[in-house]
Amino acid sequence: MIKLQDYSPIVGQDVIDDLRLLAGKLKGRVIQNINSTSVGGGVAEILNRLVPLLQELGVDARWDVIKGGEQFFEVTKKFHNNLHGLSEEINEHDFDIFTEVSNQNIEEMNIYGDIVFIHDPQPIALIKRKKDNKWIWRCHIDVSNPNKRVWKFIRDFIVKYDAAVFSSPNFSQKLPIRQFLISPSIDPLSDKNRELPESVIAGVLKKHGIADDKPIITQISRFDRLKDPLGVIAAYQQVKKYNDCQLVLAGGGAKDDPEGIKVFEEAKEKAKEDKDIHILLLAQNDIEINALQRASAVIVQKSLKEGFGLTVTEALWKAKPVVASSVGGIPLQIKHKYSGLLCHSTDGAAFAIKQLLNSPDYAKKLGENGREHVKNNFLLTRHLKEYILLFLSLYYKDDVVYL
Amino acid sequence: MKELVRAKEPFLFQTRLHLTELTGLHASTLRELLALIKKVPGSCIYHHTHRFLQQHQFLSPEPPNDFAYWVTEALGEDELGEKLASIDTIKFLTIHDLRAEIINVIEKHLENNRLAKLKFSRKGEEFHFVKSASFILSTNYLAYDLKEFSDILGRVTIDSIYFHIFEARLRLERQTNDFSNWIETSIGDKKLADSITCLDPYTRTLDDLRKTLITMIQKAIQK
Repeated sequence: MIKLQDYSPIVGQDVIDDLRLLAGKLKGRVIQNINSTSVGGGVAEILNRLVPLLQELGVDARWDVIKGGEQFFEVTKKFHNNLHGLSEEINEHDFDIFTEVSNQNIEEMNIYGDIVFIHDPQPIALIKRKKDNKWIWRCHIDVSNPNKRVWKFIRDFIVKYDAAVFSSPNFSQKLPIRQFLISPSIDPLSDKNRELPESVIAGVLKKHGIADDKPIITQISRFDRLKDPLGVIAAYQQVKKYNDCQLVLAGGGAKDDPEGIKVFEEAKEKAKEDKDIHILLLAQNDIEINALQRASAVIVQKSLKEGFGLTVTEALWKAKPVVASSVGGIPLQIKHKYSGLLCHSTDGAAFAIKQLLNSPDYAKKLGENGREHVKNNFLLTRHLKEYILLFLSLYYKDDVVYL
Repeated sequence: MKELVRAKEPFLFQTRLHLTELTGLHASTLRELLALIKKVPGSCIYHHTHRFLQQHQFLSPEPPNDFAYWVTEALGEDELGEKLASIDTIKFLTIHDLRAEIINVIEKHLENNRLAKLKFSRKGEEFHFVKSASFILSTNYLAYDLKEFSDILGRVTIDSIYFHIFEARLRLERQTNDFSNWIETSIGDKKLADSITCLDPYTRTLDDLRKTLITMIQKAIQK
C-alpha cells in the first residue's frame, strides 16, 4: 500500500510536512464523499487514491456510492451530455426516473458527514437531506455552455449547497453560493503512471499485435462521442498518407456509461480493414494503459468537450508530446507550442501530429515542459492540499484566514 | 567569521496556502475588463497579478500577470500587454495603489487606441475573474540567528518564502518583507536587510529567490 511518505522523492519533503500540518486543523470532522460508481471513470479513480491518503493524514474521510440501475444511468448520461452542451433529447419521463431513483437514495442513504462532499450530478438530489452540516457539490463536467433545461433542473439543487467546485474558470456560473476552482490530479505512483520496465511495455505491444518499429499515435479514452474517436481516426488517416504510423484507440468503460459499446462499434466500423488501427476495449487495466502511453510517439486527446482531461495530464507526466483540443481544462494543462499543441479541428489535429512525428527534438522539448508543469500543478499532493483547504474554508468567510 | 547575533525574538516561519475562488464574473472586451477591474475585490487583483509566481515557479513562459496575458493573447493588444506586464509591482505598497495603476494604464491605452474598444475575445477565451483565499499557518521552524535562518530557508516550502516576501508586504500591507524587517530589528544588520529589500522578487522564480537569499545571508555571516 502506498503511503504519503512515498511521494516525498517526487514532490519534496516540505510539501508532505505542510500537508501534515494542515490536516491537523480538520481533526474531529467527518468527510463523507458520495458519488455514483466505485470503479471506472475519473471520479472513482481520484477517490480511490485521495480517501486513503486523507485517512493516513488523520482526516476521517469516507466514501459511499448511491444506488442507480440501467435506466437511471441512461438518464444521467443524457444529463451529462446535455450539460456538456450536446443537444440530446430528454423528456419528462427521464426527469421522473431521475427523481424517483433519487428519492429512493434520499430515503435509504446513511448521511453522517460533518461535511458531505457530493460528486457530479447523479447524487445531487441528496441535498434534500441537508441539516446543519456542510454540503459541497463537486462538478467534474464542462458546464461552460450547458443545455438550459437540464442546467435549470440541477441548478435548483446546486443553490442549496454551501459551495460548488469546478475544474476550470470557464465552467463557473453566476450562483448565489461560493464557487472554488480545483483542478483534478493524477497519482504519479499508481499503476497508470509509475515508471515501467521496457520488458513490460514490449509485452503489452506484443499482446495486442502492435508493431514496435513504426510510430504509435494513441488516444486513451472511454468510447464516448464527446471524445471524438471517429475524428481521431480521420486525423490519423490524413497523417497516414505521409507518415507510416499506427493508431491505438484504447479505453475502458465506466459502469455509469451505457453508451460506450455503441461508440466502440462505430469506431471499429470506421477503421475497417486498416491493420495499423488498433481499437482496444481494456477493462480497468491500468498497467496496459500506462504501457501504451509510454510506447507512443504522440498522444492525442481530440475531445469535443472535456471536464479536465486527465489522460492529457497522464501523457504529459510521461513527458510525451500531446496534441489536444482546446476545450475544458485542457488549456490549463497545455500552453500551445510550449507544453504541447492545441487544435480546434480534425485538420488541425492531423497537421499537429505530422509536425511532431517529423520534428522529434521539438516534440521532446514539449514533452519535457509538460512534465514539469504537471509536477508543479497537477499531482495528487496538490489536490489533497486543496481539498483540505476547501473543507476548512467552509468554516471561514474572510479572504485571509489565520489557522 | 564574526560572532553571530542571537535575537531575543526568534523568527517564526509561517506558510501560506491558497485556494482559488471563482466569482462568475467575466469580460470579453477591454471596456468590460476595465469596468470589472474597478469593482472586483482586492483579492481578485492580488490573484491575477501574483498567481504566476506560484503556478509557474520554474521558468515561466507567461508574462507576469493575467491581465497582460489576456489582452495580448485574446485581444491581440500586444502594446498594452507589454505595458501591463512591465508595471513595477514592487513599487506599490497596497493593492489599492496597484489597482489604480492598472486602471490608469488601460484607460490611457483606450484613449489613444480607438480600435482597441472594438476588439472582443472568442467564445471560451473570456477573462474570468477569480480570487485567492489565503490560509496562513505557523510552521515548526524558529530561527534565533542568521545561521539558523539560512538553514531553515533551505528547508521550508516555497509557499513559506512566498508568504514572507510577497504576501506580507503587499496583501497584508506590512510595507516591507518580513525577512528584512526581522534582520534589521532583531539582528541589527541593516545593510543585509536593505539589500534584501532592494531585490526585485517579481523577476525571479521562487527557487531562484530562495538560493539568492541563502547566498546573501551566508555572505553576511562570513564577513
